[in-house]
Amino acid sequence: MVSKPHGGSLVVRVAKGARLQRLLIESREMHRIYVDEDHALDLENIGHGIYSPLTGFLCRDELESVLYEMRLLNGLPWTIPIVLDVSKEDLGELREGDEAALFFSETPLAVLRVEEVYPWDRGEYAEKVFKTRDANHPGVAKLYSAKELLIGGEIELIGEAPNPFYRYTLRPIETRVLFRERGWRTVVGFQTRNAPHLGHEYLQKSALAFVDGLFINPVIGRKKRGDFRDEVILRAYDVLTKNYFPKDTVVLSILRYQMRYAGPREAVHHAIMRKNFGCTHFIVGRDHAGVGNYYGPYEAQEIFKQFPDLGIVPLFFREFLYCEKCGGIVNEKICPHSEELRVRFSGTKLRELISRRERPPPYMVRPEVAEVLLSYEKPFVE
Amino acid sequence: MSAEKVTISIPKSLYQKIEEKVKESEGAFKDVEEFIEFVLTELLKEEEGEEYPYSPEEEEEIKRRLRALGYL
Repeated sequence: MVSKPHGGSLVVRVAKGARLQRLLIESREMHRIYVDEDHALDLENIGHGIYSPLTGFLCRDELESVLYEMRLLNGLPWTIPIVLDVSKEDLGELREGDEAALFFSETPLAVLRVEEVYPWDRGEYAEKVFKTRDANHPGVAKLYSAKELLIGGEIELIGEAPNPFYRYTLRPIETRVLFRERGWRTVVGFQTRNAPHLGHEYLQKSALAFVDGLFINPVIGRKKRGDFRDEVILRAYDVLTKNYFPKDTVVLSILRYQMRYAGPREAVHHAIMRKNFGCTHFIVGRDHAGVGNYYGPYEAQEIFKQFPDLGIVPLFFREFLYCEKCGGIVNEKICPHSEELRVRFSGTKLRELISRRERPPPYMVRPEVAEVLLSYEKPFVE
Repeated sequence: MSAEKVTISIPKSLYQKIEEKVKESEGAFKDVEEFIEFVLTELLKEEEGEEYPYSPEEEEEIKRRLRALGYL
């Protein structure tokens, strides 16, 4: 049996049939709040149970519990607050107890039952979640541009934001059926936001050696300038899994989600989301969900000690690299050789090579993957 | 109305260890009985099977989509 959802049961808050029709009509008359793409993705993730057991945006007590205890009020581990910020103008006459329609552009996405409207301290939030108030941190920068109030309350999905990768989009309700149908009892989740190099592949294969299946779940959503574009990452993984993994051992499906770059806290959040997809294990590598030098290289592994009750097994790996003496991919746990014999895999180095239209060496990137990366005139986010 | 209860026996040494845990919990647990009840309830919850939030018809629909996308 795959992992039980976080909190025991999978949340599904998607209106269907006659109820959907009624809510769509009613939403036209409701007070409108326009949300950005990041919030639109959060809404989908609540509605489809990726954030189980959350049923909506956090109210104040729950937010404080997450900020200070890294747990929901019921004691369940939860490290990244899921909140909806609004301005006084957005709020208008809306009051606690009212219903509002959340729109993305002109698409109605959800109905929100307003439970609480409250002010928040963004500096304190930054300190707790990101461990820094530095506005150069991309997560903090985004936070500082947020609006002055938060709305907490349950939501019900009535629509979806445009999704160019529908073919690669599986919901937890679907992955759970899929894993079961494939006969997988143990599944390891792999989070990524990069095109795969051999370091990633060995990480995945090392984990896969111990479980029935590998769930490669690239994050699709807002990224930093210079990151590989989503389409490029997906095509690269397609050729990698087709050419270098045994058939039926891998599922490749996207996660529509806004990266927070919150390092350790976000690593736990990533694990919880994969638990909701049905994963029993989760890979945590070097500087997971980190950015710049804000977090220690293995801080995202250390934090898991605080959550023995997480309900998904984190698999910790040191960085994989190529050793000239060993003649293969190793990491510091299994290779005794000195630094000058080692070639480190670096996303930055890979991006530099590709931007110069140079073919990466085969010990760094599989030739089929290199072919895909070089086939794009503009492979990076601009 | 509280649920009907029964009496069970556990080794005294275990009881004393749990008493310590209850003290350390700083009020989270009222007494040893409450602690044991909580732990056993949680353990059994873990053992229970998953409740699926979909009907058999919806499951067929899910499988159809998975087949159409090449996952099954």
